[in-house]
Amino acid sequence: MSARENANENARAAILQSVRDALRRGPLDATQVAALDARVPRHTRPAHDEDLVARFMRKFESRAGTVEHVASRDAVPAAVEAYRLAHRLPQRAAVGAALKDLAWPEGWLIHHEAAGITEALAVSPALCGIAEIGSLMLASGPDSPTTHNFVPDDHVVVLETARIVDHFEDAWTELRARPQGMPRATNIISGPSRTADVEQTIQLGAHGPRRVHVILVG
Amino acid sequence: MEIRSNEFKERSVFAIHDANLQTALGRAHYGFVGKRALQVAELPEFEQLREEAKNLKNHVLDNLDHYLARYEQAVTAAGGRVHWARDAAEAREIILGICKRVGARTVTKGKSMVSEEIDLNDALIEHGMEVVETDLGEYIIQLAHEPPSHIIAPAVHKTKDQVSDLFEAAHGGPRKTQIPELVDEARRVLRDKYFRADVGITGGNFLVAETGSSIIVTNEGNGDLTQTLAKVHIITSGIERVVPTLDDATLFLRLLARSATGQETETYTTISTGPRRADDLDGPEEYHVVLVDNGRSKMLAGRFRDMLRCIRCGACMNHCPVYGAVGGHAYGWVYPGPMGSVLTPLIKGLDAAYDLPNACTLNGRCQSVCPVKIPLPELLRELRHLQHQQNITPVMQKRALGVWRFVATRPKLYHALEQLAARALSALSRRGRIRRLPLAGGWTDSRDLPAPPGRTFLELWQGKRGQK
Repeated sequence: MSARENANENARAAILQSVRDALRRGPLDATQVAALDARVPRHTRPAHDEDLVARFMRKFESRAGTVEHVASRDAVPAAVEAYRLAHRLPQRAAVGAALKDLAWPEGWLIHHEAAGITEALAVSPALCGIAEIGSLMLASGPDSPTTHNFVPDDHVVVLETARIVDHFEDAWTELRARPQGMPRATNIISGPSRTADVEQTIQLGAHGPRRVHVILVG
Repeated sequence: MEIRSNEFKERSVFAIHDANLQTALGRAHYGFVGKRALQVAELPEFEQLREEAKNLKNHVLDNLDHYLARYEQAVTAAGGRVHWARDAAEAREIILGICKRVGARTVTKGKSMVSEEIDLNDALIEHGMEVVETDLGEYIIQLAHEPPSHIIAPAVHKTKDQVSDLFEAAHGGPRKTQIPELVDEARRVLRDKYFRADVGITGGNFLVAETGSSIIVTNEGNGDLTQTLAKVHIITSGIERVVPTLDDATLFLRLLARSATGQETETYTTISTGPRRADDLDGPEEYHVVLVDNGRSKMLAGRFRDMLRCIRCGACMNHCPVYGAVGGHAYGWVYPGPMGSVLTPLIKGLDAAYDLPNACTLNGRCQSVCPVKIPLPELLRELRHLQHQQNITPVMQKRALGVWRFVATRPKLYHALEQLAARALSALSRRGRIRRLPLAGGWTDSRDLPAPPGRTFLELWQGKRGQK
C-alpha cells in the first residue's frame, strides 16, 4: 500500500469512527445493514391531473424553451432544417449517433463526434421527458456525447411523446432499466442556459446553449 | 480565507453606509423572497415535503457511516475514487496531490462552498496553477479578489457598474455597460478556459449511495462544461451530503430550487457517475470525490446535529433581516446569514465568531422557510449559552445578565422595578413618543419609541379582571 493510500485509509477509519462515536454506537450489525439495504423510499409526489404531453410542453415553454410536434421520426431532418434557416445557422451540426440513420439534407456537414469549441448546432436524442416539471433527460454515451448538450449555441433535442413520463421517479426507472446501467452523465435539461448573477436580471445563454428546441415525435 | 468574524460590528457599520451594497441587497431581497413565495403557493405538497425531507435527513444522519460506506463502494464500482479528508488541510493536500500528479496548469471550478471552506484556490495558485471560477457570480468576485457574500448568489452585493469596471480592467475595453454584453463577454473568455482545463472541480449537492453518483444543480451550465471538458473531474463535498437513493435525492430536488432562487427547477440537474467509459466520446478520464469532515462528525454528536440537515439553499439568509441589512461580507467567513452564524463558530471555534450568534433578533423567519426545518434560532440561542458557559461572553454583558437573573428570580423586586420603569418612561415621553433616552442614545439617535401607558401590563391586567 502506498503512503498516499495509507493516509487515505487512516483518514477514512478516523472519520467513520468519529461518526460512530458521535452516534454513540459501534458499526451496524448484519441485520441492521440488511434492513437499510432493503429500505424502499416512499416520498410524496406532487399531484396533478394534466395530460403528460400538454404539461411537459407548458412547463418547458415557461422557461423560454421551444417545442414543436412532428408526426414521425422521418420528419425530424426537415424540422431541423427549418430551425436552422430560422436562426441563420450554417449547414453543419453535431448529431448524436442514435440519429445517424435519418435522411439529413444534402449538402449538410454532419458529424457524430464530441462538440468542438466552434460548434454552433447539436441535435440529440432524449432518453425521456419528465412532465412534472417539463424537463428533458439525456443519457451520455457514444450515441449522445455530453458536449453536444452544453457547447453549441443551439441545441435541438428529439423526444418521442411515448417517452414522456410523469415524475422524476419514473425517469429513474428508465435509467435503471438500461442494460448498460447508469450513464456517465445524466443531464436533466429544463431550458436554455441562464444566469441572474448581475443584478438579479435573468439573461439567457450564460455558458450553455442560448436556445433549446424540442422536436416531439409522434 | 482568513476568518474575520470577530470584526462583525465594524464591518456591519461599514456595510450599512455602503450605498452600492444597500441597493444590491434591496434588489436581491425582493427577488428571492417574492419568487420563493410564488413557488410555494404553486405546490400544495410543499409543507409535507419539508417534513419528509427533515425526516429523511435525520435517517441518513443516524446511519451516516453505513451510507458513506455504500456510497464509496458504488463510486469505486463506477470507476471513480473516493478520498477522505479529516480537515481543510488534508482536503487541500489531496486535491493538490491529484493536480500535481496530472501536471495541471489550468484548473476550472464550478461553484463549491466546500472549496471556499477549505481555502482551496489560494493553495492551487501558490503552486503555480491558474484557477478560474466559472460561475458568473464567482468569476466576478474572483476578479474583485473578494469572498462570496451569499452561498448561491456570490456576487449579489455587486452592482452592474461595478461589474463593468471589473470586466474592463480584466478583459480590456471597450467598457460594456449592458447586462447581455457583460454576460457574453464572460461567456467568450471562459469558453477558452473550459477547453484548456486540465482539472475541473465542482461541488456536490447530493451524493447518491445507490449509484455512486454526484448531483449538481446549476442554471448556467458552467458546472457541466467544467466537469465534461477537463481531463480530471474532482468533486468536493461534505460527508453529510450523502443520500440513499435517486428517489431520496428527488425529495430534495423538489425543495432546493424553490427554496433557493424561487424557481420550480434550475436549468440543469446533472448526475455524474464515474469517469469516461471505453466507448464515450467525451467526459473526464478520472473521477475523484473528496469527502470532507472538517468538524461535521463532531457536530453529529450533540445539540447541533440538526445543522447537518442543511442543503445550502440560502433561504435563511434571504429572509433574515440582519443579513438583509448588512449583507454577507460582514459575517467575515465563508457562510453568512443564519446558517453561517451557526456553522462558523462550530467549524472555526466559538471564540473566533463571538458576534455571529448574537447578531440575531430570534424572529424565526429563517426556521419558517428552511426546507429541512432546522431550528436555527434555537441553535443560535444554544451557542449563546455555550459562549456564556465557556466564559467568552464579555464581562459587562455577564454582569448585566447576573443583575437580570437576580431581579428576575425575585418577583416582588421585579414588579417594583417594572412599575418604576413604566412610570419613568411615561414621564419621559412627549406627545405620545419617546425621542431621547438617557444611556440609550445609540438606540434613540435613529428612531423613537411609542410611549408606554405609565402602568405595567400586570397592573392593567389586574385592573381589567377587577372590572369583571
